[in-house]
Amino acid sequence: MTEIVAPALDAQRLRADFPAFGYEVHGKPLIYLDSANSSQKPRQVLDAVRSFYETSYANVHRAVYTLGERSTAGYEGAREKLRALINAGSASEVIFVRNGTEGLNLVAYAWGLDNLGPGDVVLTTELEHHSNFVPWQYVAGRTGATFAVIPIDSSGELVLEALPQLERKGRVKAVACALVSNTLGTITPVEELTAWAHERDAVMIVDACQGVPNRPVDVQRLGCDFLAFTGHKMCGPSGIGVLYGRAELLNGMAPFELGGSMISKVTAERTTWAPLPYKYEAGTPPIVEAYGLGQAVDYLTAIGLDTIERHEQVLTEHALGRLAELSFVSVLGPPAERRGGIVSFTLDGVHPHDVAQILDLQGVAVRAGHHCTQPVMDHFGIAATTRASFYLYNTLDDVDRLVDGLHAVRKVFA
Amino acid sequence: MSEFEQLYREVILDHYKAPRNHGLLDPHQAYAEGVNPLCGDEIAVSVRFGEGDVIEEVGFEGRGCAISQAATSMLTDLVKGRTAADVAAMKDELLDEIGIPLTPVRLKCALLGLGVLKVALHKAKGTPLPEEWGTQAAEVSVT
Repeated sequence: MTEIVAPALDAQRLRADFPAFGYEVHGKPLIYLDSANSSQKPRQVLDAVRSFYETSYANVHRAVYTLGERSTAGYEGAREKLRALINAGSASEVIFVRNGTEGLNLVAYAWGLDNLGPGDVVLTTELEHHSNFVPWQYVAGRTGATFAVIPIDSSGELVLEALPQLERKGRVKAVACALVSNTLGTITPVEELTAWAHERDAVMIVDACQGVPNRPVDVQRLGCDFLAFTGHKMCGPSGIGVLYGRAELLNGMAPFELGGSMISKVTAERTTWAPLPYKYEAGTPPIVEAYGLGQAVDYLTAIGLDTIERHEQVLTEHALGRLAELSFVSVLGPPAERRGGIVSFTLDGVHPHDVAQILDLQGVAVRAGHHCTQPVMDHFGIAATTRASFYLYNTLDDVDRLVDGLHAVRKVFA
Repeated sequence: MSEFEQLYREVILDHYKAPRNHGLLDPHQAYAEGVNPLCGDEIAVSVRFGEGDVIEEVGFEGRGCAISQAATSMLTDLVKGRTAADVAAMKDELLDEIGIPLTPVRLKCALLGLGVLKVALHKAKGTPLPEEWGTQAAEVSVT
C-alpha cells in the first residue's frame, strides 16, 4: 500500500463513538455514505445534550437564577467555540440561526432588499445549492437588480474567465459562492473570487455548509463578508446553524426577524435594536442545539479538521479509482485534488432511485436525486445522480462495499 | 426470493425495459403531464376515447425510476376499455398489479402515472382529480 492510501485517522475506532453504527440495516452493517446530506452523531454530543437538559436547562439571557445562568453560559460558550473554529474576529459576529438556508436568507433579505436596485448585479454560480441561488434570484427580482450566474465547465469547475462578460451586465454588488459543491464536490476558488468582488466593492457571501465540517476554514483568511454553515452536517444537532458576518456590515443592516430578545428599547413611537449578535436572534433561540453544536466542535477539533480533510481526500481518491474500474458508471466533477469528499455518478440505464434502493438493501446509504442543485442537473443534461459522500467514520472498506453494491445493481438491471 | 427480486420483480423490470403503449397518441382527446419534484420523474399521458367516456387507446412517455415507468406501463394495460369514472376511482387495483412492497417515497413513484392520467381525464371528462396529487396539480399542463 502506498503512503497516499494510508488513512489519516482511525475511522474504525471513531466509529465506536457513533451509536448509529451499532444497528443493522436489512440485516447488514450500516455503510453510511450520506454525510454531505447530514452526519451521524457521536455519543459525546448526544450525552452532553441530554446532560444539559437534565442539569443546566432554562431560558437564556433573562433568568437571574442558577439554571438560567448555566444555560446562558452553555449557549454563549458554544458561540465562542464556533468563533474560534472559523477564526472570526469577535463572538458578536457569530449569529446562531436554524440552518445554512436561514443564514443565507438572512443576508439576502436584511442586506439585499436595502442594498440592491436596478443596474446592480448579483452574481452566484451554476453549482450552488438552491439555498444560495433561489434567495438571490428572488431578492434580485424584488429589487430590480440583475441576477447572473458564473457558469461551470464539463468537469464542474467555475469558469472565472466569464467574469468580465458578466460584469458588463451592470454594477456587481454581491457575489455568492459555495466553498465546496454539495453535488460535484468541487472546491471553488473562493479566495480569488472574494478578491475580485472586493476590487469592485461588492459583498462576498460564502455558503460553507460543505466546507466547515471537514476542513479548516478561516473567515479572516478567506476575507469574505458573510459565511453560512449548518450544524447537522458536522456531528451537531439539527435545527442549528451559524451565520458569520462582518460586524461593520451587520451593524449597518436592517434586522431580519423582529420581536423578543432582539430589541434594545421599545415604545409606541420607536424601537431600537439590540447590539450584535442579538439583533439577529429574535425569540428564544435553539439553546440546547447551539450547546450541542459547541460540543461537536470540541469533538471535531480534538481529531483535527486538517486530519479529517486528509482522511476524506484518501477516501475520495480511492472511490474515484474504484469507480473508474466500472465501465457502466460515469462520475461527475473534478479530479480528486480539487474535490471534497463527495462523488456523484450515474449508472447506464438505471435511475438513481433504483440504485439507492438496491444499495440500501445491502446496508449502503447514499443519496439519490438532484441534491437541491437543479441547474447542475440541467448543465449535465440529467434529472438526478447517485451521490456518495464521506466523513471521519468512513473507511476504505466502505468504498469497496459501495462498489460491490453497484455490481449488484448492474446485475438486477442487466 | 432475494430482497432484490421481491422489489424488482421480473414483471417490473420487463415493463421498465419494454414499456407497453409507449409514445403519445396523435390525435388524442385528453392529455396531461406531471413531474415528481422530489426526484425529477416525468410522465406525459395521452388518451383517445371510444364510446362515451370509455378509454380506447392510451399512450405515455416519460423518464424516471423503474417503479414509476413500469407502473405507468402496467397502468396503460389496465385502463383500456374502462370508463374515465372508473379510472378516476382507481388506486388499489394498480398497487395490487404492481405487487411489491412500497415505502411512502416509492408509493409516490408508483402513483405518478395514475395521477397524471386522472388529471388528463379530469380535463377531458370532468372526473375527480386525484386526492394524492396535492401540490403537483400546479405543475400539470394540459392541451
